[in-house]
Amino acid sequence: MTTILGKELSIRGVGKRYARPGDGDGAQALQVLQDIDLDVPAGRFVSIVGASGCGKSTLLRLILGLDDDYSGQILLDGEPVRGAGLDRGIVFQDHRLFPWLNVERNIAAGLRNAPLSKAEKQELVAEHVALVGLQGFEKSFPHQISGGMAQRVAIARGLVNRPRVLLLDEPLGALDALTRSRLQNELQRIWEKERITMILVTHDVEEAVFLGDRVVVMQPRPGRIRRIVDIDLPHPRNRSDPRFIRLRDDVLGDFLDPDGRIADEERLPPPGALPATVGALPALDRLRMAW
Amino acid sequence: MTTTPIDRPPAPRRPAAWRAWLGARWRGLVLPAAAILAWWALARLGWVSTPLLVSPGTVLDTAASQIVSGQLWRALSASLARELTGFAIGTVLGLALGALLGLLPLFNRIVGPSFNTFKQISLFAWIPLISVWFGLGDVAKVTFLSLAALVPVVVNTCDGIRNTPATLLEVARVFGYTRWQTLLHVVLPSAAPSIFTGVYLALIYSWLATIGAEYLLVAGHGIGNTLIEGSEHFRMDLVIFGMFVIGLVGWSMNALARALERRLARHRLGAA
Repeated sequence: MTTILGKELSIRGVGKRYARPGDGDGAQALQVLQDIDLDVPAGRFVSIVGASGCGKSTLLRLILGLDDDYSGQILLDGEPVRGAGLDRGIVFQDHRLFPWLNVERNIAAGLRNAPLSKAEKQELVAEHVALVGLQGFEKSFPHQISGGMAQRVAIARGLVNRPRVLLLDEPLGALDALTRSRLQNELQRIWEKERITMILVTHDVEEAVFLGDRVVVMQPRPGRIRRIVDIDLPHPRNRSDPRFIRLRDDVLGDFLDPDGRIADEERLPPPGALPATVGALPALDRLRMAW
Repeated sequence: MTTTPIDRPPAPRRPAAWRAWLGARWRGLVLPAAAILAWWALARLGWVSTPLLVSPGTVLDTAASQIVSGQLWRALSASLARELTGFAIGTVLGLALGALLGLLPLFNRIVGPSFNTFKQISLFAWIPLISVWFGLGDVAKVTFLSLAALVPVVVNTCDGIRNTPATLLEVARVFGYTRWQTLLHVVLPSAAPSIFTGVYLALIYSWLATIGAEYLLVAGHGIGNTLIEGSEHFRMDLVIFGMFVIGLVGWSMNALARALERRLARHRLGAA
């Protein structure tokens, strides 16, 4: 696998507005994203971090092609993205496995429309079961495995089509702290092995810095990029490396008031904004704090 | 793994199957056993003497004669044939209507309100209309049974389909499933438990309706007619025997449906 550092995914001047419920004209529409410019070179890991309501999950939905109603351009390899496609995979926060299929068949569900023979698909599934370390659980159903294991299955399902870009929408957000940090290591290992472009959306600054080559800090109302931080640390990263800690605290500083509290404007969205900011997971998005 | 063989105590003998079965259930049998004993005592000891109370022995004699003479079989087969025909027609129509209501929003907006009104009409309120239109024979009865089976199947099929989690439908979109693939691989499996519940209710409802239909649309054979015959001739033995058979059939259907459900929905166990 060659690592071409071309401009694989290119987001140009993307904006997204939702009409507020009850409003007839577009003038009152809520601006969820404004002037997003972001280039993601092939094979790189980019983290997008921000507080609730900054539009980061919405941005993923646009890249994924679940929503074509936006301004600006999203280009994958120079071609505009239209609709969902197997060249973009996703892992959601809730694993979203089919409860009636076992692990193996859940992963295979991602390959239903892949132009491959049955044997090739079987081989790919077995390969990805091994990649996420779930050998022996191929026949287990989602309710028989832990949340962390279910999320591994979801990662395998997202990767099984060998997408150009894997989108990770707070994939570890619902897990307990121990499982989360273990899966962060796993994710790093998988990314180093597969070298697929990954875009991670997260609330967790440490996670963003730990995994990302580049951290995009977003701020809400309207959702826009505050700054982009390059993380020039070699992989695999070490959480107790002073350079890592310095970068983490630097990014963390973007979310704090001068006196060290969480900035108020980031914490409380304006009244009436919440129903309109529905991304993929409105309820969960609202319940969780930044970290 | 190898271990040195040591003297093991002989494995405890497993209790016989009937013993295990009884062991878990005997408490539930206490009340019926006591009731039968009291009934027997009441009839036997002559505390109460009226033709309206017969002894368990008489009921058993009646049961034997009904079975040997083939009357039971004739009545039961007629009833079961009716119930299965009505169940089949109602279920097939119900699946189709429920699927259309669940899958096509426009169809739902047009037909849904009418159906919701229609289903509020008590089932037995249909009897006068049906008897005028279709008489008292099998056509009328099967129509009534189909109606009884139809409603739960429509409601549960429609609900099951509409309750397919949007999150899973999104997964289907991400993997580029066609409409047909989404229906076959996401909507139907997700709706299956609810659809099964509808079919299961239809089976039970249509059996209840069979007895009702035979009782209210009196013509021909059937286990309901056996009851009528018994009550008209003050033959309480026949009435009690008929009730017992009806209960037994209902219980068997219930057990069968539960066993099927367990097999079909095994993956759901513990999923909640």
